Amino acid sequence: MTNVLVCIKRVPEATGEVSLTADGRGIDGTHSGYTTSPNEECAVELAVQAADGGQATVLTLGPGDAIDQLRSALAVGMTDGIHIEADSDAYGPGDVAREIAAAVRAREAGGTAYDLILLGNDAADTGDFQVGVRLAYALGQPVVTGIQNVSVAGGVATLTGEGPDGTETYEVSLPAVVTILEGGVEPRYPSVMGRMKAKKAPVEVLAPSAAPAGSGRESLTVPPPPPNQVQVLGTGPAAAPAFVSTLVELGVIR
Amino acid sequence: MIAVLVEVEDGRAALVSQEALTFARGLAGDGDSVEAVVVAAPGTDLSAVVGDCAAYGVARVHVADSAELSSYAAAAWAGVLDTAAGDASVILAGGSNRGSEILAHLATRRDLPMAANAVSARVDGSTTTLQRQVVGGAVIETMTLAASPAILTLAGHAVEPVPADAPGAAEVVTTSPAIAADDLRARVVSVTPRAGGDGASLTRAKIVVGAGRGAGGPDGFGGVDALAAKLGGVVGVSRVVTSLGWRPHHEQVGQTGNRINPDLYVPCGISGAIQHWAGCSSSKTIIAINTDAEAPMVTKAAYAIVGDMHEVIPAILAELDKR
Ligand SMILES: Cc1cc2nc3c(=O)[nH]c(=O)nc-3n(C[C@H](O)[C@H](O)[C@H](O)COP(=O)(O)OP(=O)(O)OC[C@H]3O[C@@H](n4cnc5c(N)ncnc54)[C@H](O)[C@@H]3O)c2cc1C
Repeated sequence: MTNVLVCIKRVPEATGEVSLTADGRGIDGTHSGYTTSPNEECAVELAVQAADGGQATVLTLGPGDAIDQLRSALAVGMTDGIHIEADSDAYGPGDVAREIAAAVRAREAGGTAYDLILLGNDAADTGDFQVGVRLAYALGQPVVTGIQNVSVAGGVATLTGEGPDGTETYEVSLPAVVTILEGGVEPRYPSVMGRMKAKKAPVEVLAPSAAPAGSGRESLTVPPPPPNQVQVLGTGPAAAPAFVSTLVELGVIR
Repeated sequence: MIAVLVEVEDGRAALVSQEALTFARGLAGDGDSVEAVVVAAPGTDLSAVVGDCAAYGVARVHVADSAELSSYAAAAWAGVLDTAAGDASVILAGGSNRGSEILAHLATRRDLPMAANAVSARVDGSTTTLQRQVVGGAVIETMTLAASPAILTLAGHAVEPVPADAPGAAEVVTTSPAIAADDLRARVVSVTPRAGGDGASLTRAKIVVGAGRGAGGPDGFGGVDALAAKLGGVVGVSRVVTSLGWRPHHEQVGQTGNRINPDLYVPCGISGAIQHWAGCSSSKTIIAINTDAEAPMVTKAAYAIVGDMHEVIPAILAELDKR
């Protein structure tokens, strides 16, 4: 049995052109909808597997609507939630790490110590690449980033991920912080039972512990798409000779 | 002084590090020097890496050779960088997983902010204004780092690596810093070379043939496999393909997959969602094959064939066979 905490983020799901909010400082997801990054879906799956009967808590810092993302994680086996209600755009990576650390300490004071804390490797929207590391230092724990597989036995986590020279293995004594990349596990789909359970699962709502320092963001811009200059080589199999002569022109084949 | 973390890949300065060194030279003001910090297992032959650094205009290369550095530990690497960087005004790394991880440690240890995936920056005393990629590069954020040194990673392939015009020799300073036990709590205990293909071969490939949902199923990859083999390239796929289990994740191109940088990318049956584009936008030439002439991958490509990949690719293979 392992007590696991997973930290996830509600992010806009745009797959086409991204819309910005009226003040140009945020991403508007009203039309695209919102989701959790694939990295974090994998973190949730790994947490459910690692908990093995222990507490499996899912945490988010986000607006009220981020309850949807917490419920999605609760529907696939997480046991309870922590919702730090705040405008995530106003929080820089240092702020988020501090708030998660405060929530972890509060749980500890209440008798629940987490053995393992999982996060996504980098948020799908801000891509800051540092919340997990900052959290680990705040808690005095070791941290490994970019991990795809996690297994826990005898107070030690065995972690694997892709390094420059092959698959790297870490063995880290718990408690520890680990950030997850997609690719090691297939996130499960929620069952009807799971969805029912998720509706009733306890979610503790917390207020932030301190005012945010912010991320330093001044503004966002969406670079205009490159002008459509596509040269259509043809339609269907008849275009094959044009494809080959283009490869010759490009110097790919002779 | 601007300090750059230089990663070693196949005995050379890694491509991302060459990009970072090029970027650093652009940031360096009059009288400012660029220094490189290299951490590698003791006994590693670093002569070619030092040569690469010199070619990119580095004045001094700091090399750490403590025995504890024999296997990778991000915190230990960050500690070495911290000492070597001293009072640098900018500390920079390429935007690889490793570079980002080490800089995150460094920034935390110095209690300073850090910006990931920068594409441009202007350092003005203790304030740095920079542009960086967010949402996988679909959006550019302008932000200020109100702190010195500015700690940043450079977005992959945002800068073309260019050696210095008039490079000099680089002085090598070797140190054996003491490594704190706490910094070795998380370290690599073993590395297993990948048996089959891997993400690394995809990120280095000069030719990539892509396949997406249009492949139709796990058996729909015969054509792209054959085309990649014929052109001496590698297959890359969309997330739909990996999440349906048609192909392994290490072949995925995109925000949560590999960032490719080939001379030629031939995406077949891939729509070109922004998260996929995040991984392939640095391709020099794109020839898209898609049934939909309005698909973003087609409108962003240099060339396209509008048609069913299962008909077009066999015709291309037959045409290539004629040669
Ligand atoms: C946070 C986040 C991260 C993500 N990361 C990634 C990532 O790393 N990589 C990635 O790829 N996606 C990623 N995605 C998913 C992405 O948004 C898209 O869903 C995905 O890229 C679509 O894959 P596709 O193009 O294969 O499928 P579709 O979008 O369904 O497109 C299929 C295309 O194939 C064409 N087609 C169909 N049949 C044929 C045929 N017989 N011949 C030729 N053309 C045909 C269609 O016209 C269409 O253009 C991510 C999403 C999120 C939210």
